Order: sequence, then structure tokens, then C-alpha cells
Amino acid sequence: MAETIDLSMFVTRDAAGTAHMDLAVEGVGCASCIHKIENGLIQTPGIVKARVNFTDRRLAVDWREGELTAGEVIQALERIGYQAHPFQAARLESDEAEHARWLLKCLALAGFAAMNIMLLSVSVWSGNVSDMTQETRDFFHWLSALIALPAAAYAGQPFFQSALRAIRTRQVNMDVPISIGVVLALGMSLFETASHAEHAYFDSAIMLLFFLLCGRYLDHAMRRKTRAAAGNLAALKAEVAHRFSSDSEIVMVPVAALRPGDRLLVRPGERMPADGVVLSGASEIDESLVTGETARRPVTSGATVYAGSMNFSGALTVRVTVAGAGTLIDEVQRLLDKAIEQKSKVVRLTDRAARLYAPVVHATAAITVLGWLAAGASAHDAIVTGIAVLIITCPCALALAIPAVQVVASGALFRAGVILNAGDAIERLAEVDTIVFDKTGTLTLPEPRVANAAAVDPGMLECAARLALSSRHPLAAALAREAHQKTPYEGAKEEAGHGVRAEIDGMEACLGSPTFCGVNVPPTDEPGTSIIVYAHAGHSAIFEIRQKLRPDAAVAAKALAALGLELHILSGDRPAAVAPVAAALGISAWQASLRPADKIAAIEALKAEGRRVLMVGDGLNDAPSLAAAHVSLSPISAADITQAQADAVFLGERLTPVWEAVTTARRARRLMMQNLWLAVIYNAIAVPIAMAGYVTPLIAAAAMSGSSILVTLNALRARRRGRPRQAVSSPMRSALQARPS
Amino acid sequence: MNVLVYLVPMALALGLIGLAAFMWSLRSGQYDDMDGAGLRVLSDDDLQR
Repeated sequence: MAETIDLSMFVTRDAAGTAHMDLAVEGVGCASCIHKIENGLIQTPGIVKARVNFTDRRLAVDWREGELTAGEVIQALERIGYQAHPFQAARLESDEAEHARWLLKCLALAGFAAMNIMLLSVSVWSGNVSDMTQETRDFFHWLSALIALPAAAYAGQPFFQSALRAIRTRQVNMDVPISIGVVLALGMSLFETASHAEHAYFDSAIMLLFFLLCGRYLDHAMRRKTRAAAGNLAALKAEVAHRFSSDSEIVMVPVAALRPGDRLLVRPGERMPADGVVLSGASEIDESLVTGETARRPVTSGATVYAGSMNFSGALTVRVTVAGAGTLIDEVQRLLDKAIEQKSKVVRLTDRAARLYAPVVHATAAITVLGWLAAGASAHDAIVTGIAVLIITCPCALALAIPAVQVVASGALFRAGVILNAGDAIERLAEVDTIVFDKTGTLTLPEPRVANAAAVDPGMLECAARLALSSRHPLAAALAREAHQKTPYEGAKEEAGHGVRAEIDGMEACLGSPTFCGVNVPPTDEPGTSIIVYAHAGHSAIFEIRQKLRPDAAVAAKALAALGLELHILSGDRPAAVAPVAAALGISAWQASLRPADKIAAIEALKAEGRRVLMVGDGLNDAPSLAAAHVSLSPISAADITQAQADAVFLGERLTPVWEAVTTARRARRLMMQNLWLAVIYNAIAVPIAMAGYVTPLIAAAAMSGSSILVTLNALRARRRGRPRQAVSSPMRSALQARPS
Repeated sequence: MNVLVYLVPMALALGLIGLAAFMWSLRSGQYDDMDGAGLRVLSDDDLQR
């Protein structure tokens, strides 16, 4: 059955009849890919423009409306050899691109101004010790003012705006002392220039802005990069639903286009695209992504089903609903709102430093002024010295100390397959002393696997796995992963819900339920295990399929415990399913059969003991506890609501990214503290000199750039990795193409 | 030293031209795909075949 895909929600049209669509493309890895995609598309009749953005792995296509459909564009790309997924740029992302452009403009202007003023300043400094006339000096100072004032007015906006916002909410952030310092330095220099003085600080003020803008821009660029990668992953994950457009006709639509009241067909092996009520059909569904329960639930008409559950055996017709009162989703949402509300405001390290720093510096400057006045200096001299104190303490090093580390550390995490959602996640990750894991999908792989592959004859396994390729059933999908040769047998026939048959080497082979293959299987005592049987030429093999631990779960758990972290498991699954996992990982503190509210209660109990909890979970039932924990992580396979709550998302099949996240965050935190101390030491040396009135613009410039470079170099040490990286699993890698540098 | 009166502003004007060129390149989207720009130079599709 040929199905049409309705992608109209991703297409934008302009008045001239040109349609536009953005796509996230998989597998773009080299120069020839760009060439192949762009040339291949442009040769397709109807396509006007195709442009690959290699940095974001995205493609923008324009075509003449009416000659092509969005689906045909994607098919054209498939023929060229690339999988593409339509992409709706989040509003946030385009705003951020605009902001980045603005920061870059500010940076360019500050850089231009800093260079030219420095040129003039160096002339003045060397002129002051040789034979420069006063007229020439004044001329240079006025020129500096002419450059500095408009440049600061424009390039200083990011700081001034943020400082104003902070003051309006009666708070102090780092931008407040920065703005005060810059404005006072410029004002004082202007006054000094007008009174033909020897020193002006235009260069210090502008250089400060330039350094800080560098840090700000890099920080922003890093964040955009992670957000773009997260957006691509979301596009790759986005699924389609089969919607009845009339009683007999089915159209494939993106899940995002579904509305309450839509009727959907959900076939075996597909995930529920939305919450709904079963109208007709009977099946078993696996709700492990929703509740953590691994045993399947039988559903018939009238049953409520949740987005993310896997349909196992029969086709279902489902009517999409909005979350009704009393449903699980409703409970999760209620708990979630409460948890977010109660989430104590964690004060970020930078803000804490600013709160401490601003009053100290401003008091020091005031004391300097008063001290000089008391010592009999003129009001002018006293104020100039006071402002010199402000300039020299200008929080260059301090304001770079933390963002620089953050940029480097989130880059290192990105390469390790951890994508940060929250800006201050690194600081909070570093403080963690307890980790709470969900079981299903977090400690175990999200999809079930063959548990006894090693015990089966390899030839039989390969044949069975290849035969499984012809089936859509989830158990067959688990078996199909074991196939080395990914070509299905020709003429394989599936009997939905029972099994597949094909002729292999002239003999009939069958794969499916024991009755389908006519094989007697002793009942299994292992809970959560499903059996499928392969029979061929009088031989048969029994495959046990169940949730399997992530391949490195035991190693990662041991490594995390070695960091001094206490590990807990809180699962929604039955105790009989949780106990073996806990035993295998050596985790003694575990609880099973928990409802979302129980999980929160358990986390609150840990918090009441004064612990900082890192929650790692993927299920819909974990979303509230992720919000309640101090900091949270989700695997990329997690339910959408859950992922939105997590402070960071990790990719791939391995659990080691959790370890990477904690160690990198701890190292970053250590470097942040080191940097703060470096800034304090710098001030401890520079401030007395400034208070004594010995600071000249030359000393200020040297001290400022010296300290900034020092903290930035120190921040680069956050790149170092504790353990050689193993590959992130391949589909994720193609989405990211994170190249180690 | 009268030469400074026009030499220094000239130097500044040259700098401003550089700044204007940068702003133009920014506006025309040359910083939108930094990694791609490095690779596109390798493809020959600007040559007429």
C-alpha cells in the first residue's frame, strides 16, 4: 500500500509560489556530501534552491509549489542516499541565532575600537616619557574619546541591559560592577581629557568590553551548538502516525500535527504516537517507557493508552485524547508542576561571586576616596584614585573565570555525548553525592534484546535473525538486531501476531510463537521474559527476549561508586524484575513498584538528609522526580516530557556518559574555584597599588590582559579527559558528527 | 607634527573600512556555516564543465 505523507506543517510558502522546508540530514560528513546533496537536488525538476548548512547538519530546500510535494523532496534525497527529517526550527533557536549575530557585531566593534585606541594610547604612553607636547596628547585623547564613547555605547549594550534587568529585580549580577566600572572609567577619562590631564583610561574601558564580549560570544556559540544538535536529534526521533482521513483512507502525518479527536491506526511494532482511547482491536502493549513496568498489559476497546507505549500483537484503532482528569498523565503533570514550583532556586556560582564582589570593590573604592581626602589630597585627585581602583579591580578575570570554564567543559561533555539543557547544570552536577537511577530504559537498554544469544548455535541464530528482518513484531525486531547480514529472505510471509515463514535452503523455516512453529517449550520462570522459537529442518532454537542491562552498566556503576557517590534504584517495575538488576550492579539500596509520587517522596527523603541527588531516568513516570532532584540526566530514548525536564541528555547505548558528566563537572567546578582564587590573588596585589595611587593606564592595561589570559588558559584544562572515549553509537554520531579536536 | 592631523584620521578611516567589510560579511551570512565554508572550497562546481 503506497502511503502519502502529509508534511504540510513543515512547509512555508511565499507569495511567489515558492515553498520552503528545513530538514535535518543524517550522515553528512564530508565535502562531497554537500556537493552530492546540493547538485542532486538542483537537478530534480521543480527544485529552485538547496543549501546545506554543514555546521548544523541541516538542509534548506526551496521548490516551486505545485511541481513537487514535500514528501517527494524527501524521496529525492533518499534516492541520492541521505535520510532527511523535516524540521521545524524552534522559535528559541532563531532568536538565539539573532542574538549571536548581535554579540558578534558588538565584539567586532569593540575589537576595532580597542585596537585603534590602543594604537593611540601606546603613542601617548611613549610620548609621556619622551617629548610629546600637550597639544598632541590632548589631540590623541580626544580621538580616543571619539572612538571609545560610541563604541562603548553600542558594544556595552549586552552588559548594560543585563545590569539594568538585574537592578530592576533588586539583584546584583556580574554585569552591575562591569557597567559601573566602564561608565565611571569613560566619564573620568572624558573629564581628565577636557582638563588636559596626563592619563586617560579609554583603552582600559574598551579592552575590558572586548575581553568580556569574547567570553560571552564563545559561551553563546557553545550553547547554540548543543541546542542545534538537540534539535536535530529531536527531528530524527520525530515519528509519524497513521491517521484516518476518512473511513478507509490512511494518511501518514507527523506526530506534531495530531489533534485531539483524530483517529489513528497503530500497528504491531509501532509506538503510540499520542495519548488516546482504544476504539477497536485487541493487543498487548509494553508501557515500560511510561511506567517502567516491563510486563505487558492487554488492552481492548475502551482502554486508555499513553504516548510512548509499544504496541505488541494486534492492530489498534485509537482516538487521540487530551489528558483527562484522573489519568496517569494528569497525575504526572500535577506532580511536575508542584516539583518545579518547589525547586529551590539554586544560586549560580557567578552570581554568588558577584554578590560578594560588588560590595567589596565598591567599598574599597569609597574608602580610597575618603582616605585620600583625609590625607589632605584634593577632591579631584581622591576621586581619580578611587576610580582607578574600580578600573583595576574591574572584574575582567572574575567575569571570565566561570564562563570560560563552562564553555570548555560543555564542549568536552558534548564530545562525550552529553548535551546540556540547563546553563548551570555543570555546577549542580559537581555537587552531587547521591545518584538515583530509574531501572527500565535507564539502567537497561530501552528496547528488549535476546538474552541467550551466546547459548544458541551461531548458524541457527543468523538464519533466525535474518528471518526476523521480515517481521514488524517487537520481539522479532530484538532478534533481528543479531543479524550480521541485513538482507531478509525472499518470499518470507508474516502472519501478523503469530510469526513468519520462509523457505531457507529448500526447507521451510518458521519463526514465531511456540504454537505457530509447533514446538513445545517448557514454561519459563523468569519474569518479563518473552520466548520466540525458530524451527528449521527438524531443529529448533528457543530465544529468550527481555530487557538487558546497558553493556557497560556494571562498569559505570562501579566507577560511579568509586567516585564516592551513593547509588540508589527507584523503579516502577515489580520487585522480582528490579532485584536481579540491583544485584548485578552491586546496588543495595533499591525500591520497586513505585508510583511517580512515591519516587518524589523517596527523593525528598534523601534531600532531607542533606543529600544532593542526581536523578537519571527516562520514563514518563520519572519526569516529576527529575524536576524534584538537584540535577537530572535522561537518555536520549526518554519520553519527550521527561527529556524536557532533564538538565542534560546523554546519547548512545552506554551508561558511562553519566560518569563522564560527573567527573567533567567536578573538574570544571575545581577549575572555576581555582580561577576565582586567581582573580582574588590578582586583586589582592593590584588593589593596594591602586589605592596607593600608583596605577597608570599602562599598568591597568597590562594587569587586565594578563589576568584575563591567565584564567582563560587555566580554563582550557577542563578539556582533559579521564578515560579514552569509546564511540558513541552510530545513528547518534551521524546526527552530531562531533569531531574530537 | 601637523602631519598627524590628517595621518591619524586616515589610519582610523582605514580601520573603519575593515570594520564595515566585516559587518557586510556578517550580514551576508558568511558566518552562518563556518565548517561548511572550509569544505565548499574543495568542490569544483564553480568550474564550468
